[in-house]
Amino acid sequence: MKNSFGLVRAVRLGVRSLLLHRLRSLLTTLGVLFGTSSVIAMLAIGEGASAEAQDQIRALGSQNIILRSIKPATQATNSNQSSRVSIYGLTHADHRRIEQTYMQFLNSVVPVRELAQEVRNGPLVEQPRVLATTSEYVKATSRRMLSGRFLSDLDEISAANVCVLGSELARRLFPFSDPVGQQVKVGVEYYDVIGMLAPRVLAGDTKGRPMEGLTDELFLPLSTGKKYYGELLVRSNSGSRDIEQVQLHELVLGVKEPELVLDVADATREMLGRFHDEGDYEVIVPLEELESARQTKRIFNIVLGSIAGISLLVGGIGIMNVMLATVTERTREIGIRRALGAKRKHIVSQFLVECVVLSVGGGAVGVLLGLAIPIAVEHFAGMRTVVTPLAPILAFCISAGVGVLFGLYPAWRAATMDPVEALRHE
Amino acid sequence: METAEPALGPGAASNERPEAAPPAVTVQQGITGLPAGAPPASQIVASLDEVQKVYSTGAIDVTALESFSFDFAAGSYWSIMGSSGSGKSTLLNILGCIDRPTSGRYLVRGEDTAALDDDALSELRSRHLGFVFQSYNLIPQLDVIENILVPLLYQDDPPADGEERARMLAERVGLTGRTHHRPRELSGGQQQRVAIARALINNPALILADEATGNLDSTTALEILALFDELNAEGKTIVMVTHEKEVGERAHALLRLKDGRVESVE
Repeated sequence: MKNSFGLVRAVRLGVRSLLLHRLRSLLTTLGVLFGTSSVIAMLAIGEGASAEAQDQIRALGSQNIILRSIKPATQATNSNQSSRVSIYGLTHADHRRIEQTYMQFLNSVVPVRELAQEVRNGPLVEQPRVLATTSEYVKATSRRMLSGRFLSDLDEISAANVCVLGSELARRLFPFSDPVGQQVKVGVEYYDVIGMLAPRVLAGDTKGRPMEGLTDELFLPLSTGKKYYGELLVRSNSGSRDIEQVQLHELVLGVKEPELVLDVADATREMLGRFHDEGDYEVIVPLEELESARQTKRIFNIVLGSIAGISLLVGGIGIMNVMLATVTERTREIGIRRALGAKRKHIVSQFLVECVVLSVGGGAVGVLLGLAIPIAVEHFAGMRTVVTPLAPILAFCISAGVGVLFGLYPAWRAATMDPVEALRHE
Repeated sequence: METAEPALGPGAASNERPEAAPPAVTVQQGITGLPAGAPPASQIVASLDEVQKVYSTGAIDVTALESFSFDFAAGSYWSIMGSSGSGKSTLLNILGCIDRPTSGRYLVRGEDTAALDDDALSELRSRHLGFVFQSYNLIPQLDVIENILVPLLYQDDPPADGEERARMLAERVGLTGRTHHRPRELSGGQQQRVAIARALINNPALILADEATGNLDSTTALEILALFDELNAEGKTIVMVTHEKEVGERAHALLRLKDGRVESVE
C-alpha cells in the first residue's frame, strides 16, 4: 500500500522533472517511439508477406504433389536447326506406373496436357492456355464452378467435344452472353461450352480480385485432345518454329493423408529418376514449400526484428545520453537530496523512474503508431499485413526494458556521487 | 580509540602527527552555548572526539581538522567562525553526517556514526538533522510545501501528518499564502524561510546553518537571524557557520577555528 503510493508519487515527480525540459524529453522519447513502432510495423509486414506466400502455396493444395514437364537445358543448346522436334517430359507410362504403384496412397492422379491452339468465337480470337485433363482436375486443385459443370468421366470415355472456360476467357469470348450452352472453336474443331470455372481467389490480393491471367484457361477432355491434336505441340517463336513432343505436361497427385505427402513425393522422385535420363521434369511439393516458406518467414522475422531492435537500441542510447547530461545538470539537486536524507536507492529509483517514464511513454505512443502503420500500408500500398497480438506486447515490454537498462548507469552515477562534492557543484 | 576510516582508507591513519594536538576538550572552558541563565545541559546532542579529517588530493594530504574534540549540548546556539581553510566547512559536513572523519569518533545523540552504513547515516540525517544552506538549495521543480516535505520523503517510516506539519511550519516562518509557489517565484529571504521550514520538518536534534544569511541583504538577514533566535528560544540546538562578525555574535557562544583546530571559545 505504502509502496504503491510511493511509486505513484515517484512517477508523478519524474513526469514533473521531465516536463521542466519538454522539448528535450520529447526528442528523447522519439528514439524509443520509432523503435517500438518499427518493431510492430516490420513484424506486421513480414507476417503479412509470409501469410500471403503460404496462402499461395496452400492454393496449390497442401496434400498435392505436382509433377511437371520441363524442357531440359541440354536439348535447348543442341537445337541448331530452325525446326526440330524435341521430345521430353512426363509420359503416359509414368502416369500408369504411378497409378499402379501408389494408388493405395492416392485419391487421384490427374494428368494435364497443354495444347497450343487458338480459341475463337466468331470474330473474337484468344490464345488462352488450352488444357486437356480429366474430370478430377477440379477437385484436385480445389477450384469451383461458376456455372454449368466440369468435364465428366463420360466425356473422357466418349472423347466428347465439350469444354469448360475459365471466367476471364469466358468474359472475353462472350462479353454479352452466358457462354454455357454456346460453342467455341478450338483449332479447327467446335466444342460445346458446358461450364465456367470460378476465378481462383488468391490471398495475395487483399481486395479479393482474381489475378489476371489465372482464369485465362480452357479445359477439354484428355482423350479429345489426343484425338484431334496428337502429341505435337507447335509454338511459333519469332520466325522459327519450335516443335515439342510432350505426352503429359502435368500430373497432379492427390495424396490421401497429409503425413504421407513427403514419403510419396520421395518415392515418386525415385521412380521418375529411374525412367528419365535427363532432368525433364520437376516435382513440386507444396507442403515442402510451405515448410520452407515458414523457415524463410522465421529468418525474415529475425532480420526485421534485429533491424527494429537496433533502432530501439539507438533509442535507448539516446535516453542514456540525455539522462547522463541530466544527472550532471542536477548534481546539486542530488547533493541536496542526499544531505536531506535520501539514500542511494532513492536517488537510483528517482532517475530510473524518469528513464522508464521516458521509454514507456515513447513505447506507448510507439505501439499506437506501430498499429497504425500496417493499416496505412494495407490501405495505400495494398500489401497484406498481419499484426500478431504478441508483437505490440513484446515491443512495449522491450521499450520499458530499454528504459531500465539504459537508465541504470546514469542512476548509479547519480547515486554514488559524494554528497559534499555534489553540494559544492555550481 | 579505534574507529573506521571509511573515506580515505588505511593510509590516512598514518598521517597522524603525534607531536601536535594538545588535549582539545579543555578549550571548552565551561562555555556551553546555552542561553544565559539556562539550567545545565541535560544532553549532549553532538560529540566530536579526537576527530581528524585528511583530504588526499593527489600527492599532497591536506589536514582539514586536527584532533578535534568538542561537545554540543542540547539547546545550545553556537556560531563557528574562521578564515577560509580553517576547517569550518569540514566541521559542518562532519556534524551533518555528509562526510566522515578520517579518524576519531563522532556521536550524534550518543550514537557512534562510524558504526552506521550509508543507508543508516542517511536515515539519521533525515530524522535528526536539519540543514540551512547559503544558497537556499531548494528543489526547483517542487513547490513550497513539497520542498518542506523532502526530508520526510526519505524516512523509512514517515509520519502521517507530514503535510499538515509542513503547512504549519510554512505559516510559522511567515510564508502564509505562498505555499504553492515554486522557488523561482520567491525572493531570497522567502526561499531561505522555506529552507528553514524544511530544516524543521523532522523536528531535528541539531540544525546546521552554513552562511545562512550570506546571500541576503541586511534587513532580510536580520529577519532570518531573528527566526533563528526564536527557534533557539524554543529549545532547538543550532550550529551556524558564518564569516560575519555581527552574525556570529548573535549566537550564545562563538567558536573560532584556525588550521583545523579550535583557536578560541568566546
